[in-house]
Amino acid sequence: MRASGIEVLFLGSNFARLVEGLWVTVRISLLAVLLSLLLGILFGLFMTLQNPIARAVSRVYLEFIRIMPQLVLLFIAYFGVTRAFGWNWDAEFSAVLVFTLWGTAEMGDLVRGALKSIPQHQYDSAYALGMNRRQTFLYIIIPQTLRRLLPPTINLTTRMIKTTSLVVLIGITEVLKVGKQIIDVNRFQYPTASLWVYGAVFVLYFLACWPISLLAKYLEKRWR
Amino acid sequence: MADEDRIMLEIAGLKKKFGEDVILDGVDLTINKGEVVVMLGSSGCGKSTLLRCINGLESFDEGSIRIDGEEIVSGSKAMTHLSQKIGMVFQSYDLFPHRNILDNITLAPVKVQRRAKEDARAQAEQLLRRVGLWEKRKAYPRELSGGQKQRVAIVRALCMNPEIMLFDEVTAALDPEMVREVLDVMLELAQGGMTMLIVTHEMGFARAVADRIVFLDEGKILENLPAETFFNNPSTQRAKDFLQTFEFKKH
Repeated sequence: MRASGIEVLFLGSNFARLVEGLWVTVRISLLAVLLSLLLGILFGLFMTLQNPIARAVSRVYLEFIRIMPQLVLLFIAYFGVTRAFGWNWDAEFSAVLVFTLWGTAEMGDLVRGALKSIPQHQYDSAYALGMNRRQTFLYIIIPQTLRRLLPPTINLTTRMIKTTSLVVLIGITEVLKVGKQIIDVNRFQYPTASLWVYGAVFVLYFLACWPISLLAKYLEKRWR
Repeated sequence: MADEDRIMLEIAGLKKKFGEDVILDGVDLTINKGEVVVMLGSSGCGKSTLLRCINGLESFDEGSIRIDGEEIVSGSKAMTHLSQKIGMVFQSYDLFPHRNILDNITLAPVKVQRRAKEDARAQAEQLLRRVGLWEKRKAYPRELSGGQKQRVAIVRALCMNPEIMLFDEVTAALDPEMVREVLDVMLELAQGGMTMLIVTHEMGFARAVADRIVFLDEGKILENLPAETFFNNPSTQRAKDFLQTFEFKKH
């Protein structure tokens, strides 16, 4: 019987290597996502300041990050900085740095938008009930902001996880790279390897992002 | 009882500008405890701004406001303490959308006044029953009609045990058939002895509920009369013209 080629996934340590590759992806993106969420909230608050300098700074930062393709940012951090300043950042550090810079900008803009979308009369009625600024934010504004933030934040998180596949190009061996290696090695014995390996990579990405979607669904339901 | 003890709200020489626009131009107004005062005037005459100054949401440029002898200073630390004495209900039903009805009402008594949860709940139950909405306690604001939301907003303010209630056109955004249920609650409150300052365009209601009518025009108080006198025999032409706009005659 002719083999379908799916066995290529289980040759030697192939599968374990793919999972390990996925772990690299997940590690980089989770770290970047967590940092982005924290810094993004601060950046979002910073963006709501009336101060013209704060506005100009955040605007330039946001536009710069948005205009630059992530790949270019990665190259600048990994190759450019080494050339220019002699700082020898390793690839994974560069990746986390770049994705955090990107995520912080995007997250900050989401936070700013969500904060702005809370109508003034929510503040007024809280103050009218005798709440001070801290209580107003803690009990009224932040809970509503978080609810509005949830869908776009999940979207951003999954986008960041998927975009980390770019780190192949600065030499990090993540799940896609491992897949490519497996395909290349088995090119002659298993001509259909690419289908199975990329299929497996697809499933692995799905498994990485799906729990996040589930969590979001659960929270949205709970918070309604 | 000395005269001073009877005074709930005392406004003297209040001036407020937005840039070049003079919104309040020297307002003097005294409201005694238990008195119900309705403030009338065309839109843009400064009624809402006056209410917002009274509970510290808006700062003002000159003059003074005293509640029960204590001076109002917008944004001050003492203000959060003072604004607990002042209940306010706004035109836009401004319930907190992320909390159910009961939580909307008990949040401030528990967090601001540090009262026991059971205590706040018991009072909320009593008030909600009074306005016929106890069954809705677990519902969220979006599940309620405008009139129901506005009644909850009144209950929420009352649960802080305020000494004076301010109403800023609370029926203006309601469907006509829901206006009544809200006004009835306010009428009952007035009969119960609550000190109230009401801004409204419901003339019939104003007549029924008010001890006194204050007529505001271009930031100044033009009339300050007992309700019957104002409606039957206003002293200024401006007030006469204003009242005319509410009358319809077949030509």
